[in-house]
Amino acid sequence: MVAAELTAIDPQVAAREAEARQKRITSAQLYLDGVHVSFDGFHAINNLSMVLAPGEMRAIIGPNGAGKTTMMDIITGKTKPDEGDVYFDGTHDLTLLDETEIAKLGIGRKFQKPTVFESQTIQDNLLLALNVDHSVRGTLFWRGSRGEAERIDRVLETIRLTDARDSLAGNLSHGQKQWLEIGMLLAQDPKVLLVDEPVAGMTDVETHQTAELLKAINRDNKTVMVVEHDMTFVRELGVKVTCLHEGTVLAEGTIDDVSQNDRVVEVYLGR
Amino acid sequence: MTPHFLTRTLDRSATIFILIVAAVGIVLPLLNLLLPADSPLQVPTYLISLFGKYVCYAILALSIDLIWGYCGILSLGHGAFFALGGYAMGMYLMRQIGSRGVYGNPVLPDFMVFLNYKELPWYWYGFDMFWFAALMVLLAPGLLAFGFGWLAFRSRVTGVYLSIITQAMTYALLLAFFRNDFGFGGNNGLTDFKDILGFNIQADGTRAALFALSCLGLIGAFMICRFIVTSKLGKVLIAVRDAESRTRFLGYRVESYKLFVFTLSACMAGVAGALYVPQVGIINPGEFAPGNSIEAVIWVAVGGRGTLVGAALGAVVVNYAKTVFTSGALAPYWLFMLGALFILVTLLLPKGIIGTVNAWLDGRKARDNANADSAEAEDGIIKPDLEKA
Repeated sequence: MVAAELTAIDPQVAAREAEARQKRITSAQLYLDGVHVSFDGFHAINNLSMVLAPGEMRAIIGPNGAGKTTMMDIITGKTKPDEGDVYFDGTHDLTLLDETEIAKLGIGRKFQKPTVFESQTIQDNLLLALNVDHSVRGTLFWRGSRGEAERIDRVLETIRLTDARDSLAGNLSHGQKQWLEIGMLLAQDPKVLLVDEPVAGMTDVETHQTAELLKAINRDNKTVMVVEHDMTFVRELGVKVTCLHEGTVLAEGTIDDVSQNDRVVEVYLGR
Repeated sequence: MTPHFLTRTLDRSATIFILIVAAVGIVLPLLNLLLPADSPLQVPTYLISLFGKYVCYAILALSIDLIWGYCGILSLGHGAFFALGGYAMGMYLMRQIGSRGVYGNPVLPDFMVFLNYKELPWYWYGFDMFWFAALMVLLAPGLLAFGFGWLAFRSRVTGVYLSIITQAMTYALLLAFFRNDFGFGGNNGLTDFKDILGFNIQADGTRAALFALSCLGLIGAFMICRFIVTSKLGKVLIAVRDAESRTRFLGYRVESYKLFVFTLSACMAGVAGALYVPQVGIINPGEFAPGNSIEAVIWVAVGGRGTLVGAALGAVVVNYAKTVFTSGALAPYWLFMLGALFILVTLLLPKGIIGTVNAWLDGRKARDNANADSAEAEDGIIKPDLEKA
């Protein structure tokens, strides 16, 4: 926090930031325009355009194969689009960056299949996720600080795994792994969170808690994109919904608007 | 550095390991040098050299375990780095022969005279100085590993593909070093060494000192590996091993981490080779044979991948078995036994000797804790099956 304040008053940094603002091509946090991706002739993403405002939370729905995960792959640099623009903060062309650079910009991702470091403790999972010096030298000579320990404690509190902090992540239940991965996102402290199917394998109570958690994260001024099949969950989030189908946006609006849209019904129920 | 670093690096088993290696490194040479030849406790010099060889193999095993056990990079070509370190040392030892060679040429080693070399090739310059050779022991394998790793890891070559190209690398070097015009003695390699740093290489005292140095080298390599795997960098390496793409999405530059440990590991293998050559008295292209590198991987698997003590132990145990079996009636069947050993370890002891012992100890401790904790109430969210460490 202190570091952020210091950089804000540094005149050079301020000047650079002002310059960057002028160069911004959009005020959106995340901006996708006319994106195409095909794998061996299969059009996974087809003229996809979407804009997320800073601090917005958006739910993405759509049948299997609609391109939801591929879209996240594009945003995080795992897949390069054949065509189209993808901008972060209006200044960073994400199509030119790789996963590491994009993660460092402040885009965090939770995978569909919970991916945690199973052979390490929960605490170490969070330690690895903290957005501190990620260089080889920095980690080799790393020594824990009180600030880092406090951040880890806070995240453990939030994801309710304080008591299990020293157990191996591999011993967690499916739902707890999902939470740990969300916790890792929190430790990473990104500007944008891409959350892929966060409530798969969770009980109703856990699903409800997850919705509350994501809403709390969003209130903390973070932009959140959630992909989910669970309509009760999406309804509970109470945010704008985008329905994808065959790699393009089919409908956008409130959950009621979208679920009453004829084409959405057709896609979900089959023709 | 600081006590913090020491307590972290030296846990109980690490301390025990270091003490044992240090004791062996001191006691065996003393038993060799001080006791009269007819004493039952006298350790003959040939055994000192044999054990010295095992210790060098243990360093090689550590270097493989660092990248395979902790970072998931299965190199099937680490023998190449070992051999390069060995050649660098061999070149120094060749230059030390001076005019005592068969042909009496003060500058050119015998094989060069024999092959009608007119002058010393440029890449032999400097090897008459020990410090230069010692530097090359690190630089030759280190630079090769850096170049190789830079290309491979940046292109995200992983898994079995990486293993295959490391095999190809060591095989290519084998073929190159076999050539007479390559300037490293071809098929015969480098041998007939006389002195090292002015000491007669055949003398008992030199042999004992080399053995003690090898033990020191093993302790040093072990400490470096421990320092790395107990640092935060060690946690990142395990993260790369278990979920590479996840690590990238957290903002770690995975290829830099791989390149760092791969290069360091190659330097370590080079040091092992450099300690090995004066003790066995020869280095030839056979050391580049792909089979050697695979054998070294088997030592690590037998001892316990991902446990440093296990890697060193595996190297000693398997090589001791090799010495025993290849010197008796069973000699023709050694390769079959080695293969069977690998299959049996994979099937029955997938964690290796030390890994299995550790798992057993942890299990016992966890059961004790579970019994102690069973009276405590369960947390609402935490499942009771989570064992508190």
